[in-house]
Amino acid sequence: MNELVSLNHGSGGKQANELIRNLFTRKFGMPDPLTDSAVLKENGFTLAFTTDSYVVDPLFFPGGNIGKLAVCGTVNDLSVSGAIPKYISASFIIEEGFPRNDLEIIADSMAEEAEDAGVRIVTGDTKVVEKGKCDKLFITTAGTGFIKPGYEHISFGEKIRSGDKLIVNGPIGNHAIAVLGARNNLNFSSSVLSDCASLNHMIQSVLDKSDQVHFMRDITRGGLAAVLYELVRISMKGMNIDEISIPVDEPVRGLCEVLGFDPCYLANEGKILLVAGEDEYEKILSVLRSHPLGVNSEVIGSVVDDRKGNVVLNTKNGGRRNLDVPSGIQLPRIC
Amino acid sequence: MKYIEEYRDRELILRLAAKIAKTAKGKYSFMEVCGGHTSAIHRFGIPSLLPQEINLISGPGCPVCVTGTDFIDKAILYSQRADVIIVTFGDLIRVPGSYSSLEKEKLKGADVRIVFSGLEALNIARSNEDKTVIFLGIGFETTAPGTAVTIRQAEEDGLVNFLLLSAHKVMPPVMEALVMEGVNINGFICPGHVAAITGSHIFNFLAEKYHLGCVVSGFEPADILQSVLMLVRQINLNSPAVEIQYTRAVTYSGNSLAQNQLSEVFEYSDADWRGFGTIPGSGLTLRKKYEKFDAEKRIPLSVGFHNENPNCICGNILRGLKKPDDCSLLGKSCTPENPIGACMVSAEGACNSYFKYYRNE
Amino acid sequence: MCLSVPAQVIKIEGQMAHVSIGGAIFKAGLHMVENVNIGDYILLHAGFAIQKISEKEALVTLNLLKEMEDAGND
Repeated sequence: MNELVSLNHGSGGKQANELIRNLFTRKFGMPDPLTDSAVLKENGFTLAFTTDSYVVDPLFFPGGNIGKLAVCGTVNDLSVSGAIPKYISASFIIEEGFPRNDLEIIADSMAEEAEDAGVRIVTGDTKVVEKGKCDKLFITTAGTGFIKPGYEHISFGEKIRSGDKLIVNGPIGNHAIAVLGARNNLNFSSSVLSDCASLNHMIQSVLDKSDQVHFMRDITRGGLAAVLYELVRISMKGMNIDEISIPVDEPVRGLCEVLGFDPCYLANEGKILLVAGEDEYEKILSVLRSHPLGVNSEVIGSVVDDRKGNVVLNTKNGGRRNLDVPSGIQLPRIC
Repeated sequence: MKYIEEYRDRELILRLAAKIAKTAKGKYSFMEVCGGHTSAIHRFGIPSLLPQEINLISGPGCPVCVTGTDFIDKAILYSQRADVIIVTFGDLIRVPGSYSSLEKEKLKGADVRIVFSGLEALNIARSNEDKTVIFLGIGFETTAPGTAVTIRQAEEDGLVNFLLLSAHKVMPPVMEALVMEGVNINGFICPGHVAAITGSHIFNFLAEKYHLGCVVSGFEPADILQSVLMLVRQINLNSPAVEIQYTRAVTYSGNSLAQNQLSEVFEYSDADWRGFGTIPGSGLTLRKKYEKFDAEKRIPLSVGFHNENPNCICGNILRGLKKPDDCSLLGKSCTPENPIGACMVSAEGACNSYFKYYRNE
Repeated sequence: MCLSVPAQVIKIEGQMAHVSIGGAIFKAGLHMVENVNIGDYILLHAGFAIQKISEKEALVTLNLLKEMEDAGND
């Protein structure tokens, strides 16, 4: 049976995980679970190493562009591993006929973002392919940085306990809605901006003040739901979520009502899920809220011992149901 | 958001739930026949708020789920023509036909596009004059008037490359078919948005002839719970009637402008419902005057006889005779990623809702 | 797909309106409703306004719901 790869396989949900696990992780002998960054120990040092490709359509959207995304995304993947991001590589696949002006704007964004994040873009590659062989521009970035001793457990969630609190640093779904709006083929417009941002300074400020950060994940494709189910898998516990606490901006809410989306499955580019020890979660929340990228941080739920393997949602209106693992196409080429 | 948030107020909901628990005497079975209700009931966790004595059954209310395999097979055949663009609402692309789906055809290179409105389909026709655009019209009385407006606009604009393949259906005949088959219910939670168009009077026969309680319900949790309470009261008093809970959008006679659009463009015909077979007078086809927009008349084709998976019980689920967890395929060979039956494909389908929300309870 | 959502009319251009749901703006065909004014609420479905929402009736429903007694026989 010669199965064809479909868009479902790239959207970060169940099918994407199956493809990655069976085709790549297994064949390359990669560790399971896969973390946002690989955590590599060598000669007494612990290195975080990560890579991501950016195929967002359209290239320019409210709040950012593909270049900014490419830097933030990799910086964030390193930061949620507890690493201090240091060096980035940037590879470009450019379609013949792509306007040089646009490339300049994108490169400027990348340089600006790298400077704000305190990282250096030190190497890269450029390829141009014939017209029609790639859609305008694809960017791949890789990044590396050192993980300080005592932070290695964060990627693996070894210290997750029942009673730990789940925190997100602000409203979810903005990036996906901003990109959708910019596509202009769904006949709506909104003022929603992508949340894409480098979170390393915010994360570092938390790690400096508390040693009870038990786990962190970047919330990207597949949305909050994908991360919650990954958390369930890693911790072998259950999650109890209060829908009313999940921050969602009003226009995002409205769009989700009309289009039939659930904000929990929408992509973000400036949001993390942080699992905080019960004793210090208030302190962690307060540190997050004092940073511009975390002012709207909220505790959305907790890690529980019962209903292991499930993410239970207490709905706003007083009901209760399970949250499902994301699968299938929600929105293609969102990041 | 106005007209949404107020009906989701937690305190209100919990008080309604308590009131229902107090008012219920004995067992009750109510069927909803609207995909919007199926998904709202599950999304808001309504079953967790009702006493065990009240059983909510999902009927044939998901237009995607009741669309026959033939329709999908025809759409697929059209999509395989190089000069055709298939334009459809979202969920339909994943519905399995006899041997493929529109999604799978799209992977192989067919031009299949998703829209949210018939008017967008017209735009696609205008910008692709060298292609024939075939719009797949599915939905009940809520959606069909929009298609009627679209056809009239196509006529006004003199579009020659825009066609409709209609699977539009109407509710009363299938509700009567269910009752005549002997579905064991005390009443219907009636579809609020269908009734916004048609008026609540279309359900009168259910109360008058078949003594079933009918409450036309909105879609927010307070609406649904209030409707359940109204139904329980009707049954307690043994006075089945048609009541409107959703008064902010529904009246006795409905939206006459929308009804006029519908009757100008469409006439009733026999239609094929997955799980029921043919139900007379339950479908909508284009009147002779608008025949030129009928895809099957302009590009006739025929599809072969199909075999459905013998273990798929979608038909029985759509008729309210079985529940999703009665199906041996659920969660094993039939999942949202690889659906065997239509009930699993659509977000409004009973099996899809069950799989997503209750599987591990 | 079949979702119908209350939306507020913020602009009218011939037979098309711009409607807002929580700040997100959509286009809606007004072919099936009449006497629609800016500020009115309509039900948006598949790109059309299929009905006007009656504010009066909405308030009646809400009041009924709020006044509902817990005690009492039915």
